[in-house]
Amino acid sequence: MKIVVCIKQVPDTKGGVKFNPDGTLDRAAMLSIMNPDDKAGLEAALRLKEQYGAEVTVLTMGLPKADEVLREAMAMGADKGILVTDRVLGGADTWATSTTIAGAIRNLEYDLIITGRQAIDGDTAQVGPQIAEHLKLPVISYAQDIKVDGEYVIVQRQYEDRYHEVKAKMPCLITALSELNQPRYMTPGGIFDAYEKEVTVWGRADLKDVDDSDLGLKGSPTKIAKASDKVRKGAGEKVALDTDEAVAYLMGKFKEKHII
Amino acid sequence: MDFSLDKKHEMARSLFKDFAENEVKPLAQEVDETEEFPWETVKKMQKLGFLGIPVPKEYGGQGCDPLTYIMCVEELSKVCGTTGVIVSAHTSLCVDPILTYGTEEQKQKYVKPLASGELLGAFALTEPGAGTDAQGAQTKAVLDGDEWVLNGSKCFITNGKVADVYIVIAITSITEDKKGRKKKNFSAFIVEKGAPGFSFGTKEKKMGIRGSSTYELIFEDCRIPKENLLGPEGKGFPIAMHTLDGGRIGIAAQALGIAEGALDRAVAYTKERKQFGRSIAAQQNTQFKIADMATRIEAAKLLVYKAAMAKATQKSYSVEAAQAKLFAAETAMAVTTEVVQLFGGYGYIREYDVERMMRDAKITEIYEGTSEVQRMVISGAVLK
Repeated sequence: MKIVVCIKQVPDTKGGVKFNPDGTLDRAAMLSIMNPDDKAGLEAALRLKEQYGAEVTVLTMGLPKADEVLREAMAMGADKGILVTDRVLGGADTWATSTTIAGAIRNLEYDLIITGRQAIDGDTAQVGPQIAEHLKLPVISYAQDIKVDGEYVIVQRQYEDRYHEVKAKMPCLITALSELNQPRYMTPGGIFDAYEKEVTVWGRADLKDVDDSDLGLKGSPTKIAKASDKVRKGAGEKVALDTDEAVAYLMGKFKEKHII
Repeated sequence: MDFSLDKKHEMARSLFKDFAENEVKPLAQEVDETEEFPWETVKKMQKLGFLGIPVPKEYGGQGCDPLTYIMCVEELSKVCGTTGVIVSAHTSLCVDPILTYGTEEQKQKYVKPLASGELLGAFALTEPGAGTDAQGAQTKAVLDGDEWVLNGSKCFITNGKVADVYIVIAITSITEDKKGRKKKNFSAFIVEKGAPGFSFGTKEKKMGIRGSSTYELIFEDCRIPKENLLGPEGKGFPIAMHTLDGGRIGIAAQALGIAEGALDRAVAYTKERKQFGRSIAAQQNTQFKIADMATRIEAAKLLVYKAAMAKATQKSYSVEAAQAKLFAAETAMAVTTEVVQLFGGYGYIREYDVERMMRDAKITEIYEGTSEVQRMVISGAVLK
């Protein structure tokens, strides 16, 4: 089995997000880490490798510095790393990013593509499903468990209060949640090996079946007006009432919040 | 001359730091309180290859260099001195001498499982009557057919009882020099736990590194195979001294880590603690102390890293190791004492880590050669 895992180097938002005066992210002031959902996706791929045997290729698009995140993935156990980097790809929104990554993946053989659900810097959750759309693959998002059964994957797709079990024929794309697993640590020897290995570097010319008008800043329909730190959703409220009381309670809440 | 770490060493440091913060730090206080050996942590370290970092891959290790191993001990010791010394004693004092002096059979039999962490190692030189003066040792080994028979005892042995493999230094002959003075000739042996006649005496109750297992080893007609002699017969003393040179770099890294960990806590605490209407970090007395500690730690770090690099590239690194250990250990003691002072009354309370760090720091000035021994080694080289 051949698995491609898409990963992204993101600023660590644990200590809060820092912005430049123009509203863009101050990446230099924040440490860079592997996006947590992507790391869970990588861990899932490495477990599939251990269980069923697989070749795991990690792919990232970014600045030359993103080489670090590929080395980290290889130090955890990924077999190959591919860095897609080119000045003309800079400033990409989700559309231009997914076009680029799909263009890179068209060069590869794969049975399964795993991406993180979303990156902690952009929080869009769009790139994974868009890659699947470009490559005309089925997509299962929000995976909290992944199993392989012959040429099929069986995935638990998470909802707020339940999960759906979805079966899909490979090749397909899965987007992973950080809750999927506890990613492993690197090993010291793995780190040394990762720096012995070559990382494949691809530019614009290596992308297959993509149009220049869909790449980089020019190919990005999204224009960012303003960026801000995300407001966390509250824990919600649970009430145990019989149906009539529950309806009355909800109606009261809706009116209170001027929803109706 | 470039003092920056390359990318792979930076990444290794981030690994050790993450592991120390997530897996070791939460247990440090409990390990100290209960004096229980942290088996859970050791098993995790085994899985990640932390018990064979500088050992070649062909012998079950990680194939990294001494600097990487040193950074591991440093990062572990920032949060828990006990965990730091477990790795240091195992790697420097047991794995390293077998790797350096062992036959191919000994490396296959012992280094492989030790480096992979399947077995834990220890080193036994000190005896009740022989500390700095190793010539005072009494433990003897006599060849009887195909077996060496050991008699005597060793004390203050780090990783005692928990370790599976012990490097034991014992007298194998006594010769007279031209002036008729008697000289004890030592040899080094590999002794497995469970060897007939090998048992453990008292468990030491210590001031610091309380989770580290420190035991007395007792040999009563202890029989080990003839082939467990490590290196040539009669060369036990130079083997022990060379092994301690490496060990001292490990302890220097432990001391460095303890000092750095204490400073980290002082920085966080003095920013938060308010007296006279402002944080104590805003007061010049604190600022000057922090500046002095940070400078001293940086100097210690350069000496420790230089010694680690010397171990990788030079045949002899006794002086580098002695200077690193002397300075780092005295830095650890001075910094932790100062940090306890900055914490005031809270620094004296066991709930705060700095009190433990001060107790842990003290041993770094004593074991694997006291600060006085380090001064003897250094002055001997300078004055020769």
